[in-house]
Amino acid sequence: MAVSVTSSDLVIEAHGLVKSFGTTKALAGLDLEVARGEVHGFLGPNGAGKSTTLRVLLGMLRIDAGTVRLLGGDPWRDTAMLHSRLAYVPGDVSLWPNLSGGEVIDLLGRLQGGQDPARRDRYLELFDLDPTKKSRTYSRGNRQKVALISALASNADVYLLDEPTAGLDPLREVDFRTCVRELRDEGRTILLSSHILSEAEALSDRVTIIREGRAVETGRLDQLRHLTQTSVTAELVTVPDGLERIAGVHNLIVDDHRVTAHVEQRGMDALMQALSASGIRSLVSQPPTLEELFLRHYGPAASSQSNDA
Amino acid sequence: MLRLAIRRDRWLLPAWVLALAAMAGFSASATANLYPDISSRVDAAEVINATPSLVALYGRVYDPTSIGSLALIKLTALGAAMVAVLMIVVTVRHTRAEEAAGRLELLSAGVVGRAAPLAAALTLTLGASVALGLLTAAALIVAGLPAVGATAFGLGWAAAGIAFSALAAVTAQLTTGSRAATGLAIVGLAVAYLLRAVGDIPDSGPSALTWLSPIGWTQQVRPFAGDRLALLLLPVLLAIVLVAIAFELRARRDLGEGMIAERSGPARGDITNTWGLAVQLNRGVLVFWGVAMILFGVLLGSLTSSVSGMLDSPAMRDFFESLGGEQGIVNAFLSAELAIVGSIVAAFGIQAAGHLRAEETAGRAEVVLATATSRLRWANGLFGVALGGVALLMLLVGLALGVGHALDVGNTSMIGDLVLASLARIPAAWIMTALVMAVFGWAPQLTGLVWGLYAASVVLVELGALWNLPSWMMDLSPFTHSPKLPGATGVIVPLITLTTCAGLLAAIGYVGWSRRDLTP
Repeated sequence: MAVSVTSSDLVIEAHGLVKSFGTTKALAGLDLEVARGEVHGFLGPNGAGKSTTLRVLLGMLRIDAGTVRLLGGDPWRDTAMLHSRLAYVPGDVSLWPNLSGGEVIDLLGRLQGGQDPARRDRYLELFDLDPTKKSRTYSRGNRQKVALISALASNADVYLLDEPTAGLDPLREVDFRTCVRELRDEGRTILLSSHILSEAEALSDRVTIIREGRAVETGRLDQLRHLTQTSVTAELVTVPDGLERIAGVHNLIVDDHRVTAHVEQRGMDALMQALSASGIRSLVSQPPTLEELFLRHYGPAASSQSNDA
Repeated sequence: MLRLAIRRDRWLLPAWVLALAAMAGFSASATANLYPDISSRVDAAEVINATPSLVALYGRVYDPTSIGSLALIKLTALGAAMVAVLMIVVTVRHTRAEEAAGRLELLSAGVVGRAAPLAAALTLTLGASVALGLLTAAALIVAGLPAVGATAFGLGWAAAGIAFSALAAVTAQLTTGSRAATGLAIVGLAVAYLLRAVGDIPDSGPSALTWLSPIGWTQQVRPFAGDRLALLLLPVLLAIVLVAIAFELRARRDLGEGMIAERSGPARGDITNTWGLAVQLNRGVLVFWGVAMILFGVLLGSLTSSVSGMLDSPAMRDFFESLGGEQGIVNAFLSAELAIVGSIVAAFGIQAAGHLRAEETAGRAEVVLATATSRLRWANGLFGVALGGVALLMLLVGLALGVGHALDVGNTSMIGDLVLASLARIPAAWIMTALVMAVFGWAPQLTGLVWGLYAASVVLVELGALWNLPSWMMDLSPFTHSPKLPGATGVIVPLITLTTCAGLLAAIGYVGWSRRDLTP
């Protein structure tokens, strides 16, 4: 069966995915779209359904309802064929205790077909992994490196990465980000499932936030940032009246000459004009972080806000 | 910690303890029926004592007139070895294997002393060994044997269990990984057994070699033939010394690493496919089994000429004829022994096929299935190696049997027959292996239950005749249907039926496997 790409060039297309394990509903109508050549962040707390989604994409789980296409094919029926174009790094890597790291990388490379030896050696050195040590002596981070190196060295079109840097030290994390950017620049597609918001923020072109088995937010980061409020702190010569009446300004606090507020995009211009008219001594503004975005969906006011925009 | 250990083994340990005690009891009562009067017992005992290979395998009958001495001849040494294996496995499970699984680190972070798991494991095996000893003694007394002898026998088993669990405690400190710890301890057991075997052979009585072996000590207690209970102190003393060593080692080493340093592996690998991976996973165990089968086969083959002398009791002859061949007592004996070997090799098959489930729960199946490997190809490797391993082991046994026999009688006339007889047991073992595949495909969490079905099948076929069970019950066991070669006719039909059943079970398993979710 020929694998064709849809006209909109979506590598992953999932609509209304439903999956239950006994009485637990892991996926409750999940939608996910990943376009070719993008790094797509997949964010959510434990138990939200991230790993379940990845395993559905890998043909390890069969969905109860919904449709899913991967590279134009059916992940459940065309599994082995699709996997030749796919690479996966699991969340918790288990290896065969008696095999050395090098043996595992070679084994996975052969089972996959198409491992690039130059890349393999390069990544081994980059991540500083000793391939002669037996797997049982590896720490969690080292086991993760084995899986990462195997995946990165394969010539896959799509990479599914489940918490890939959870055990890596910060130096390696930087290297990891460089590798992901290289892959993206080569036109490959990466679905990156993560808790580490800073990493998703640094790498992702678009993100999908999943909560309790549904996607609650999807889009480009800069689009999503519109939905949250920038925090502004200003020291003024004189504090004007009526700042709180500007549309889009919230949580205004005036302390002597210092003014702090949270501003939506629609009120930013008006606030700035008001502040500069009063004479600004210092101004600090912080863009909304993914953290805030995230907390919006998991904080107490989540349900009402998630229906906005 | 002790409660944790007990809880984890709450089915395994009591089941085995009861099974062993029951075996002793039943052997005692069965022997009483087979050799009702003293002269038949004396004859049988003299045959055994006069046959070097039997003495090596089982030990001497020290009091030919005593039922107990004769009945339990197989169980004093071999049975003690079985007890030892059980205690070794349990000890390693709770010390080494726990560490490797990371659970111990979790506990060590809490309010648990460093040596507490070791102490808990040893306390558990101590308790189990003593319980086993007392239960066995009770079973023997119920079977009609004298109380002092029964107690001596039971305590002999208990002492063996204690001594070898102490050895396992030491090996667990010396190695990385539970397989290595168990393996090393079993090697120690094998050496002890061999020393005793060689030491017992001279007619003049046990030589110095026997006195070097803990199994030798338990045998020299001579239950029912002198009851030298004081000798039980020897294994207990050894246990105390070993336990002290184990705790000392424990205090010194880091958690997780053994004292024998890890050798490094190659930087490049040469496994190319799932078959290669399956072979790699099973290699060590297969070599161990292969060597054991060869040794066993040669030993068994060399016994054949002494068989007709051993079976002077008419009841014994009838018994063997009902279990095995139509022509000749020798054929009957070989057939009976091959039936036992076939069921033992089935255990290898179940264990090897069990890797399917183990890889899934460990998360390694997922790693392989994420590559361009289909579910079928993945399962083929492991299942195929299990089937192939069973076949290979039976071939080895057959060849070794033939060689042993040839050495014994001086000609190679029976080699072909013996190889064929051995190969004929393969389909029944394959059924058990395929049963694992079937359960794995549809109800993976229940894969371990196949062991229960296996145990039931073995008991039905081995003890069913002795207990006069109805034939429909015995027919439930695949082992009942294996052609009773050498010497039987009507071989083709049962072989085809058994193989077809195995094939069906495997197919059912594959269908389930390709349809279901991956559930670690």
